[in-house]
Amino acid sequence: MTRREGPGDAFDDRIHLTAVDEFLAWGKEHSLFYLLFATACCGIELMQAGGPRYDVDRLGMIPRATPRQADLMIVAGTITHKMASRVRTLWEQMGEPRWVVSMGSCANSGGPFSKWSYSVLNGIDKYVPVDVYVPGCPPRPEALIDGVMALRERVRRYRTLGERSTEPHVVAGHEAPFGARCQLPPPDAPAGDGGRA
Amino acid sequence: MTALSHEQIAAAVRSVCPEVGDQRASNGRPFLHVPAAAVADVARCLRDDPALRFDALMDLTAVDLLQFPYTPPRDDIAVVYLLFSYAHRHKITLEVFAPRQACAVPSVAAVWPAAIYFEREVFDLFGVTFTGHPQLRRILMPDDWQGHPLRKDYLYPADYHGVPHLRDGQSFSTSPPRAEGTS
Amino acid sequence: MTVEASTPAGERMTLNMGPHHPATHGVLRIVVESDGEVVARCTPDHGYLHRSIEKIGECVEWPMFVPYTDRIDYVCAMNANLAYCVAVERLLASDPATTVVVPRRAECIRVLVAELNRISSHLIAVGAMAMDVGAYTPFLHGIAQREAVNDIFEKLCGQRLTYNYVTIGGVAFDLHDGAVAEIAAFLDQFEREMQRFNRLVTTNTIFRDRCAGLAVVDAAQAIAWGLVGPNLRGSGVDFDLRRDESYGIYGELDVRVPKGEAFAGRHGRQGDAYDRYVVRLLEIQESVRLCRAVLQLLPPAADKPADPLGGHQAEVSKILRKVPKGAVHVRTEAPRGEMGYWIVSDGGKVPFRVRCRTGSFTAAGMFQHVMRGIFLADVVAVIGSFDVVVPEIDR
Repeated sequence: MTRREGPGDAFDDRIHLTAVDEFLAWGKEHSLFYLLFATACCGIELMQAGGPRYDVDRLGMIPRATPRQADLMIVAGTITHKMASRVRTLWEQMGEPRWVVSMGSCANSGGPFSKWSYSVLNGIDKYVPVDVYVPGCPPRPEALIDGVMALRERVRRYRTLGERSTEPHVVAGHEAPFGARCQLPPPDAPAGDGGRA
Repeated sequence: MTALSHEQIAAAVRSVCPEVGDQRASNGRPFLHVPAAAVADVARCLRDDPALRFDALMDLTAVDLLQFPYTPPRDDIAVVYLLFSYAHRHKITLEVFAPRQACAVPSVAAVWPAAIYFEREVFDLFGVTFTGHPQLRRILMPDDWQGHPLRKDYLYPADYHGVPHLRDGQSFSTSPPRAEGTS
Repeated sequence: MTVEASTPAGERMTLNMGPHHPATHGVLRIVVESDGEVVARCTPDHGYLHRSIEKIGECVEWPMFVPYTDRIDYVCAMNANLAYCVAVERLLASDPATTVVVPRRAECIRVLVAELNRISSHLIAVGAMAMDVGAYTPFLHGIAQREAVNDIFEKLCGQRLTYNYVTIGGVAFDLHDGAVAEIAAFLDQFEREMQRFNRLVTTNTIFRDRCAGLAVVDAAQAIAWGLVGPNLRGSGVDFDLRRDESYGIYGELDVRVPKGEAFAGRHGRQGDAYDRYVVRLLEIQESVRLCRAVLQLLPPAADKPADPLGGHQAEVSKILRKVPKGAVHVRTEAPRGEMGYWIVSDGGKVPFRVRCRTGSFTAAGMFQHVMRGIFLADVVAVIGSFDVVVPEIDR
């Protein structure tokens, strides 16, 4: 009797006993479709992560061209003030549950542009809630994959039917830079239409 | 293909536009000061004259001369035209001084279409108005942005649409001059 | 192959493409006004990645700007580093007291890394262009070869993408042990791989006919609109800054310049999308040849650890505290064409003005002209054929 990877307890290799929520979370965890969205340098590393050597497809991560089919938004690269509201719009179009990985120093905190730039937004978490921050300028594909693994831990705890925790789940090594998490501005449009718009 | 010397180019330009200012060699390159009002005519002559044939605008940019160690100090924005001739393989640099308060320069977009984008960029970042430009509007910054960022006296905005520029708890030992309140 | 729009302006459809669109090579927004399937007007909207790099140049010290040049064009960061460093060296040379002589070994390494980076940049360009017309696999082939170049650079300077390797006065590190053999082996392997790539894409009838006669730019137009680099050569202009205005040791190398010759055959015209694509492929071959030539020229390293690169970095940083007053304009040949730096110094340790003119900026300026009259489905193919990289447009 071998234990296959899966939620709950296994009686033999065909029967698992588990809660529905855990089963759904298990499914979500292994099929994180991400939005094909790249703004700057990190975007090249994101593409290379999808390339033949790192091949994130094997983690069930398939790029989707439209936010309506995506579970995960990887904010790869610098976000300027001009771009930020567009990112928010994209995020609002994603169906619940949705996750955001902030990839690279620019998306985390403005990175090398935080001090002297007039046009760069210091951290995309001012516009969308970020689950996992991946440091680096740009992060290597391995670092991105590590961030995704940290996110999967978070996805595993997501409850579709049960009570959801409102506490932010902070993953060690992927916390928000400068301690305090920024407050989200009030949305311009009603947020979270469940991808029906 | 005959490349002209710097002096020959300067003399040819001066024969068309006598008010062209002194030639100043800057790193082995003629550097002509053109009065703002005449720049479009000079440009057309530089392009069409068979001996000159400046068929390409390599770059069009500007420098804010505030704080530049001139004696006496200048309060101008210098618009710089870097021209190149693929036909003859020679170059020239034109410089036009426009006063900061009312800087308007005739557009050369009708001479070199590449100038459409270059002039829009200089308008956006320096606030130089190019008269006769077909589509003069901001190119890089959002339309509702305040000020022209590459001017030396530009104040960085504190926030954009209510979103503060700095992170909570973020501070620097030295930082650029920042405007108070909403942009 | 252009069609005139016949519907009056009020009845046309407006289609918004971007700033998030999988085929716009970053955050480029294009508003297309279409008459059925035909593009009647195209208005690009830029600035979604304007990171104020030119302003930063006026705020940080001379050598501190080099990492920012990486981010002007991250697809070919070595070339971007090189362009700025060559310009600053030219400015320093205006005063004999501050002249910096780049050691010969460093000059050779500069050309070597610049050409390797040109290869990896063009791989993205041709792969992405194939992807834009609907073939996904070639892009993965391009990425796979790019990884090999990244490995070499990573051993060389520790970074895969933003290298900060070329410095004012030389390069940051000497070649690592075994680098020469490694690069030579890569070049051999890469040439075989490119033959496979050409069989898969370049000679593919569907791809060729799709790009033939598309977005034709003749030589006069290309010059007037300020196209540079492969886009200019694709239109048949025989001009390459490495040969015609050489910098570094390019003058000693025999740089052969490919140009567009209506490669697509029957339906092709000089200066169409296919010509621009083929010129990039020919430039890859040329870069392979230049890399081999430079490996021959490479002088032996001095005894380690004393000063493999001349050991004058401390002296250079002292010189950079007081850069002579003046202005300089230097253009270098980056993969996306002329990267021209217009630098003004007021005699201090911080530049007074750093202006970077890039190839993508003028190429994007031409979109509104070349897009008119083409089919909607070709819009992304045209963007791909000009190989614009958005941070170069926006900076």
